[in-house]
Amino acid sequence: MPPVFLRYARLLRTQLSIASTLAMQYRFDFVLKGVMALFWMALTMVPLLVVYAQRTSVAGWTYPEALVVLGWFALLKSILDGGVTPSLNMVVEGIRTGALDFVLLKPADAQFLVSTARFEPWRIFDLIGSLVILVYAFRRLGHAPAPAHVAAAFVLLAVAVLLLYSIWILVVSASFWVVRVDNLSYLFGSLFDAGRWPIDVFKGALRFVFTFVFPLALMTTYPALTLLGKLTFGSAALVVGGGLAFTALARLAWRGAIGFYTSASS
Amino acid sequence: MMRHLMRAYPTLLRIGFAEMVAYRAEFLIWVLTTNMPLVMMGLWTAVAADGPVGRFGQREFVAYYLAILVIRILTSSWMVWELTMDIRQGALAARLLRPLHPLIVYSAEHLAAVPMRMLVISPVAIVLFVVAGPQLAIGDPVRLAILLASCAGAWALLFFTQVLIGSLALFIDSALSVFDIWLGIHSLLSGYLVPLELLPPWVSAVAHRLPFHYCLGLPVEILIGLVDTPSALRGLGLQWLYVGGFFVASNLLWRAGMRRFVAFGA
Repeated sequence: MPPVFLRYARLLRTQLSIASTLAMQYRFDFVLKGVMALFWMALTMVPLLVVYAQRTSVAGWTYPEALVVLGWFALLKSILDGGVTPSLNMVVEGIRTGALDFVLLKPADAQFLVSTARFEPWRIFDLIGSLVILVYAFRRLGHAPAPAHVAAAFVLLAVAVLLLYSIWILVVSASFWVVRVDNLSYLFGSLFDAGRWPIDVFKGALRFVFTFVFPLALMTTYPALTLLGKLTFGSAALVVGGGLAFTALARLAWRGAIGFYTSASS
Repeated sequence: MMRHLMRAYPTLLRIGFAEMVAYRAEFLIWVLTTNMPLVMMGLWTAVAADGPVGRFGQREFVAYYLAILVIRILTSSWMVWELTMDIRQGALAARLLRPLHPLIVYSAEHLAAVPMRMLVISPVAIVLFVVAGPQLAIGDPVRLAILLASCAGAWALLFFTQVLIGSLALFIDSALSVFDIWLGIHSLLSGYLVPLELLPPWVSAVAHRLPFHYCLGLPVEILIGLVDTPSALRGLGLQWLYVGGFFVASNLLWRAGMRRFVAFGA
């Protein structure tokens, strides 16, 4: 391994230890937010319960199958909110105030530094909640997922996180031009919310958008299909290909945006 | 005082409108953030593909969620974010120095955004008219009057609720967390996610007594003709009772908070 890799591994360790110190400042908040997380999770399940009180199957998805998608969505969301969003929110703030200058001056890759600056450990509650949903869903289905399918799902999880991260980087890059980006991050969150539903319930324009433009289908429906053992090889390849394409696009956009950056005061 | 106010208010509205135009990109992004009704519309039309759910067929679901979109864009408020930010950053001090009550200035800034919102939402309103033209409350003068009164009531109710919660920031740090909880309950009990009549009867009965429904669900149901005129009038009465209650409560809290407000940095 080249020394560059080692250097970044050390840097990552330092960044993480600073981030966890910062995050543990408010210990009472930790518990409070954990409780709130469970409240939100229960709340977001209501539409699903209401729908399946009316029907046994919607667009070919039974209740436990739709629960797998929801559980997967919650899992992804906990990773997003815990590991990706806090850091990237800092960038947005940094662009507005000009504090980003200090990051850019450091002798390491700026995208790496901003992406590892913060995380929120209390999102572990959401993570546990999502696993509970998944376990419950498979108990309802009456069988556990096959080990091979779980392994494949882990690969897709990594791709999905990469996808989400890339889209976030695109959003952040946009904030170099549109400064009030707190709006953009809300837009991102609100769009991501649609991922709790299997893609098959959407028709026409929504389906197109959620498959190709904002690829929610690749992030939640296809991994859920993998767990259920229903995903074809072609779709899996599509997911991996889409993930890599978005990552490359995000890196390009970030480089372009940094080149455009002129700091807040100049 | 009153004459003074009558002279100042049109100017305030003009300033508010100019600000709105200045931040048009952010405004458009905010509008796009309200995409949940479209997602729910896609979901419910898929559910209703094999027969209506209660009173709702596919067409009714489309009309319902389009109406939710229209009313939501027209009446919603961002007062709580503005107020908490002004309190936290001390900008409220400058507002307090002006010879007008800050809440009056805030209200003008918010009302000035309404024409722009009408413009942006008009395509959705046209689609709604095509889908549900004859049912809409705009043909009949009495129903139209009730609709307009209920929209004004929803606007006022949202505004004063947010003043109330925003004023909490004068006392506690986590006013926005309180608002998050409010938002969660609101999304469920206002009819934003699911029409109230599709919820379990006891939930729906409770929801009809709480203020959330009167912020959004009531004008929507009046607009697309889901309620008859007598019950619409009853709802309107309760709505304005809530408006009065929240007006008094928010003013009391505001006044109590003003006594302890110390501008940061002062």
